Amino acid sequence: MERIPILKMGEFLLVTIQVDMHDQLAITLQEDLTQQIVKHRAHGVLIDISSLEIVDSFIGRMIGNIAGMARMLDAETVLVGMKPAVAITLVELGLSLAGVRTALNVEKGMAVLQSSLKGKEFFGRNTEK
Amino acid sequence: MATATLVGELVRKHEQQILEQWLAQQQSATSARADLMKERELREQSRDFLQQFTAALQQDSQNTETSAWKPVKDLLANLSRSRATQGFTPAETATFVFSLKQPLFDLLRRESKETDTLAEQNWLMTVLLDKLGLYTTEVYQQNRELVIKRQQEELLELSTPVVELWDNIVALPLIGTLDSARTQVVMENLLQKIVDNEALIAIIDITGVPTVDTLVAQHLLKTVAAARLMGADCIISGMRPQIAQTIVHLGVNLTDVVTKATLADAFAVALQRTGATIVRNAKKEQ
Repeated sequence: MERIPILKMGEFLLVTIQVDMHDQLAITLQEDLTQQIVKHRAHGVLIDISSLEIVDSFIGRMIGNIAGMARMLDAETVLVGMKPAVAITLVELGLSLAGVRTALNVEKGMAVLQSSLKGKEFFGRNTEK
Repeated sequence: MATATLVGELVRKHEQQILEQWLAQQQSATSARADLMKERELREQSRDFLQQFTAALQQDSQNTETSAWKPVKDLLANLSRSRATQGFTPAETATFVFSLKQPLFDLLRRESKETDTLAEQNWLMTVLLDKLGLYTTEVYQQNRELVIKRQQEELLELSTPVVELWDNIVALPLIGTLDSARTQVVMENLLQKIVDNEALIAIIDITGVPTVDTLVAQHLLKTVAAARLMGADCIISGMRPQIAQTIVHLGVNLTDVVTKATLADAFAVALQRTGATIVRNAKKEQ
């Protein structure tokens, strides 16, 4: 069965969607990602959708859900590389993905994650040291 | 088809005579535009048309949709197009065809002996010429619509420039009313420019938008949401007092969007967010 690879990079998980998503793939990704976050105690997830050309309402909702779940597991989620056409489609579908952080490309997404992590450290993650 | 060939035969025999009468008719009519068209040109057009008309009449005198009438229609289409550019009105263009009726009817009256045949032939010719006359108007209108459509497209292209203000900052000055079609173009242009310039901040300046109703506000919100999904923040600038009043009265929720009164203010915020600062040079005397 096809799966979307989830790569571990330090404290972050990197998910790169290189194929067109179909419903089963999205559900599998949701299960895999939540498990991996807990397993690696990740504090940030970066989802790169720069190869995604087509979204429907289900995939759009799934992306929003995955980000919401990751946040509940204390991992900041950044969605990067959305194509203009995809952005327009999502907005027209009424899915503005409120609460999900976005960035233009992987580089900027990483910067966002790193800066959010710094904020967390200040508020107590490092106090146990 | 005996009756049909009768009129065809007559027209062919008296072609020259009809042409002269027709020309006289056209020149005396109120719709003659000597200022727009030379007599020689009119004569040429009339002769060409009459030739084609006679030829088509020999083959089919009932239905102008058949292939026999195609040359006539092509000729009329060309004529209508050229007259439209010359500045003729549609009525004047159609009169070109309608004025052929009188010389034709004259001829029929002189030549046919029985009143029945005369009435029948007259009716036949009326139907034919009416169809052709209306066809010129149709072509004229199509031409006009093409021009309007092209202008609309050009306007659309002209009215949505996205300018790069600074590193990672783009601005979109909107001028004129926003409708659905335009918003779509605006949105696509802006998002593409965000990708091209790796923009972090997009400033939408609505100084040139005359009124903001719920629809326009919704379009703006959609654009802001789409830009956010791409990873760029939007600032709406150029809010005029009236617009602020209308938006609040309409109950549109713009609280999630940063709005500024002037483009300068928005630019200052954008610079601050991207980490750039503007420093005024110390005065010389100090």
